[in-house]
Amino acid sequence: MRADLDLIKDWIKPQSRVLDLCCGEGELMHYLQTNKQVKGYGLEIGHDNITECIRKGVNVIEKDIEEGLASIQDNTFDSVIMTQAIQIMMRPDEILDEMLRIGRECIVTFPNFGHWRARGYLAFRGKMPVSKFLPYTWYNTPNTHFCTFKDFERLCVERNIFIMDRTVVDHEHQHRWWIHLWPNMLGEIAIYRITK
Amino acid sequence: MPDVIPENSVGLVQPQTLHFDQPLQLSCGRTLDQYDLVVETYGTLNEDASNAILICHALSGNHHVAGYHSMEDSKPGWWDSAIGPGKVIDTKRFFVIGVNNLGGCHGSTGPNQINPETGKPFGPDFPIVTVDDWVESQARLADYFGIQQFAAIIGGSLGGMQALQWSINYPDRLRHCMVIAAAPRLSAQNIAFNEVARQAITQDPQFFDGHYYEQDTVPRVGLMLARMLGHITYLSDDGMRNKFGRELRSGKINFDFTPQFEVESYLRYQGERFSTAFDANTYLLMTKALDYFDPAALYNHDLAAALKKAKANFMVISFTSDWRFAPERSREIVDALVAADKSVSYAEIDAHQGHDAFLIPIPRYLDVFGAYMERVIADTPSLNTQTEEV
Repeated sequence: MRADLDLIKDWIKPQSRVLDLCCGEGELMHYLQTNKQVKGYGLEIGHDNITECIRKGVNVIEKDIEEGLASIQDNTFDSVIMTQAIQIMMRPDEILDEMLRIGRECIVTFPNFGHWRARGYLAFRGKMPVSKFLPYTWYNTPNTHFCTFKDFERLCVERNIFIMDRTVVDHEHQHRWWIHLWPNMLGEIAIYRITK
Repeated sequence: MPDVIPENSVGLVQPQTLHFDQPLQLSCGRTLDQYDLVVETYGTLNEDASNAILICHALSGNHHVAGYHSMEDSKPGWWDSAIGPGKVIDTKRFFVIGVNNLGGCHGSTGPNQINPETGKPFGPDFPIVTVDDWVESQARLADYFGIQQFAAIIGGSLGGMQALQWSINYPDRLRHCMVIAAAPRLSAQNIAFNEVARQAITQDPQFFDGHYYEQDTVPRVGLMLARMLGHITYLSDDGMRNKFGRELRSGKINFDFTPQFEVESYLRYQGERFSTAFDANTYLLMTKALDYFDPAALYNHDLAAALKKAKANFMVISFTSDWRFAPERSREIVDALVAADKSVSYAEIDAHQGHDAFLIPIPRYLDVFGAYMERVIADTPSLNTQTEEV
């Protein structure tokens, strides 16, 4: 199981209704269905991912999130999850609003652009950071909206979004005690649990 | 015409006629005191009758879903690409039923069959039948076979509408419901096309108000026009461009009204072939069943409310270039199922073949279909023990 999914699962209540945006091969939903008896769906646009979800027994709906979630009624889900995808959205702020409209709680994970390695890369090399963890160059990256933990938390304040929980981990999704000394500098991935 | 029957074909098949004499109360208020249903079955029903799949047909379909009636047949059944040993609907595992719906013209009680009360064909006196009526008659068919619960009910277009209606009318009698290239109800444009088709038939001088059997004729031109019009709505603009473009049959323009473009002769050929193989009164009935289909109507036009009592798992599939029942129409079904908290998956298949795509073995379509059928197998316990033994 992917380590970030392992961290998320504890925030999902048994038998709740869950929507997983950009669900990939449905790994998280499959785990939650099997171990927490949750009901729900994954949204996905990757053809092979969709077939794999169906094969696994994960309910998947072919839908481009960028086209909006307007067809889903308010508070349909207990939790709406988006892992490692908010930074590729055209309008992360609008997606967040929509997620919080259709779900009571949302779980969002994204890479921290304020990590010291990214800062150092830009500061000393004068180039946009490229790493094993973020392998794209500026012209072909799907990550059009990078932010730091601080940026994200400022958006939450502006939009009256309440942060229920936050976990900051390294790129292997491991907790390290020292990350908490200076999360925005030392953390590579943040997992936020938010609500309105 | 196959020289040899392909290995993944159900092979030579024979329809059977089943007689029902329990009166069937129809939505229109009339009653059919007795009726026949013509069916074909493929595969073997297992002991607990848990491996049955019902295939519901579309406007011009029938019970002959797969295989051949004889070695002289030019084509197999209408969904042979999906049904057979080792195919997505695997007849080595499933018992598959194809049925000609009431009002049809391929042997089930319908306008071209003899009314036992009068000794003459029903003709235009055959009552208007609805999707609800078909579901009711199919439920009795299930009773006949001793099938309490279908492993899946599957249909495309009007067939998908029957599958959807089944999930509402008999929530406990199906585990899976596959609704392909369908819509929760017809749009005004859909109904408009149907009305032009009906006018083409009823205005044909050979129609005789539907009593053409007695005149020993058929409204061939009307039926041909109806089919030509229908056929245009089954294809897509792109599909027609790819298939015919502006190709001329003789390579030059003749400055007259004979068919010169390939698309003209294709449509005429399709229309003519259909006009000798299909019954005009049945065509009228089928288009009416389409027009009247609206399961949400009884629920204040709230489809989610209509689907609330459904218990099946749903797979909804649409095709990008289908403009008869466009992907948006399938999404209406999916949205209602989500709102009703139902188990549903949805795939939108890239295809240039328009509405007809649901009959075509498009690789991604078959992938999705096959993956879903694995779920149907997993939910059919007796099949899983069989697999282990093999």
